[in-house]
Amino acid sequence: MHHLSLYFHFVKLRIRSQMEYRLSFLFELFAQASISVMDFFMIALLFNRFKQLAGWSLWEVGFLYGIVGICFAVAEMVGRGFDVFQRNVVRGGFDTMLVRPLGTFYQVFAHEFLLRRVGRIAQAVVVLLIANSQLTIPWSFAKVGYLFVTLMSGTCFFIGLFVIGATSCFWTVQSIEIINIFTNGGVFMGSYPFSIYRWWFRHFFTFIIPLACVNYFPSLFLLGKVGSSGVSPIGVQLAPFAGFLFLGITMLFWRWGVLRYQSTGH
Amino acid sequence: MIEVDNLSKTFKVYHHRKGFFGSFVNLFSRRHRVIRAVDSVSFTVQRGEIVGYLGPNGAGKSTTIKMLTGILVPSSGSVTVNGYVPHRQRKENAKHIGVVFGQRSHLWFDLPVQESFELLQRIYRIPEVQYRDNVEMFDALLNLGDFFQTPVRQLSLGQRMRADIAAALLHNPDVLFLDEPTIGLDVVAKARIREFIQQINAEREVTVVLTTHDLDDVEKLCKRVILIDNARLCFDGKLASLRRLLSTERLLTVDYAEIYPDIGIPKAHVTFQEGARVQYRFSPEEISTADLIGAILQKFKIVDISVEEPDIEELIKTVYEDNLTLERKLAKSIPPDTQAN
Repeated sequence: MHHLSLYFHFVKLRIRSQMEYRLSFLFELFAQASISVMDFFMIALLFNRFKQLAGWSLWEVGFLYGIVGICFAVAEMVGRGFDVFQRNVVRGGFDTMLVRPLGTFYQVFAHEFLLRRVGRIAQAVVVLLIANSQLTIPWSFAKVGYLFVTLMSGTCFFIGLFVIGATSCFWTVQSIEIINIFTNGGVFMGSYPFSIYRWWFRHFFTFIIPLACVNYFPSLFLLGKVGSSGVSPIGVQLAPFAGFLFLGITMLFWRWGVLRYQSTGH
Repeated sequence: MIEVDNLSKTFKVYHHRKGFFGSFVNLFSRRHRVIRAVDSVSFTVQRGEIVGYLGPNGAGKSTTIKMLTGILVPSSGSVTVNGYVPHRQRKENAKHIGVVFGQRSHLWFDLPVQESFELLQRIYRIPEVQYRDNVEMFDALLNLGDFFQTPVRQLSLGQRMRADIAAALLHNPDVLFLDEPTIGLDVVAKARIREFIQQINAEREVTVVLTTHDLDDVEKLCKRVILIDNARLCFDGKLASLRRLLSTERLLTVDYAEIYPDIGIPKAHVTFQEGARVQYRFSPEEISTADLIGAILQKFKIVDISVEEPDIEELIKTVYEDNLTLERKLAKSIPPDTQAN
């Protein structure tokens, strides 16, 4: 309970300091939402020519886009501390965390909160809602629950990527740019049905970096496309848990990185 | 309170090849050399002591402090602080120590001092009464009120240091680690911080471990000094006995009223002469400062005069170059109470 209330206190302070420059905040909010609208507009343009992509209609792809967009934006909002961790290590800020009576993972997590990602979240939610209104998904209580778990899991997945990037700072100080390929690239890749990619690519992003598990497979299930995809129905239903598992593994990696930092220093 | 036994820390420093090809080779073969940052250091600090932990840059001071605060894991040897092993019981240890690094603030850059303090109150779960009493006391001693609402990033160096030290003491720690607390501060700010440390130490029996380059810090605050050089402990005892033992030479600078042709004084060596300004080097063992000044006044008319004590860097250099003689002298002349333990 102490950790939770302390976390909300941190968030409150962060939000307040970001609201200090109200005009710049509103402008960025608007800019972010507009940029992501352009994103989806590009996809829509594509469908204007092709009508279908590997058996997926525009609004089905919009559904995919909405889910991955929400997850990524929420992860960026709450996982910001890991995203900018490199700055912190270089300045010696990690030493400060080590002399406080709290876990390091918790402290990095609570350290930042990027409110302006709300713009991007809103845009992704709108796309998801419009897509839903154009499709006829037979929503049930279980399916809504499943969608909720998927969104949580996808958020965990992207936070996990940030954690890997942050942990790599213990070795290189310069955070590995490769992680950006998976985060920003992941949003782009995840906006299209996975069946259009080559098999090794699909397998890599299912079993190693489980992007497909938090986006493509759950969408197959929710859109009722499992049958035509050739993917195991049980596998599809369990897929979202991969995101939680992924975050758990990256947390172990983090712990290992901290131990290494404590024995080698900088 | 603090027990350090045979503590060592070694780092591997990798040899980095340059260029694109080099960085590729680095991935596979990493040549390294091992650096001993701290080598078999042992000492004990009692409750309520103020200990100066001194040494030149890179001697291993900060590395030791980092092991005492749980930031680094020792390569060998043991440490306990308040009965906790800092790296193994990091969070528990953290509740009972306060840490200030002079080079860097522990406060939140964009928050006002007051909000930083309130955040610390939550982090350390400081009871409201204790928090209010502490803030009131620190404000009375350090005038925090002048900048309590100012964001940390806008504070002057002196204000920032005052805020940082107060912040490190909010949770009533038993031990306070200060790494270069007066670095870069002006004379007034330094004096204020020293007084505060003295007062806190006297009133609360807070044990203080202090690293510094400033000999004044040591003289005003520390009865005991631990000297470390090249990763090894080379002296542990009273500052006064260290000085006495070393009988270091001093410098006397005189501005004469006119340029004299022969400025020689017995038992003092002229180290430089520039117009009417002359600097002498002398050893207090051969001639006392008073006698020397007397001898000068007898022969010449002077405008100004000043005596310089060697600074810590100098002292340590002497100790290090003269380590064997020092050990011999220590064995002979140090009364038991000045030695560690």
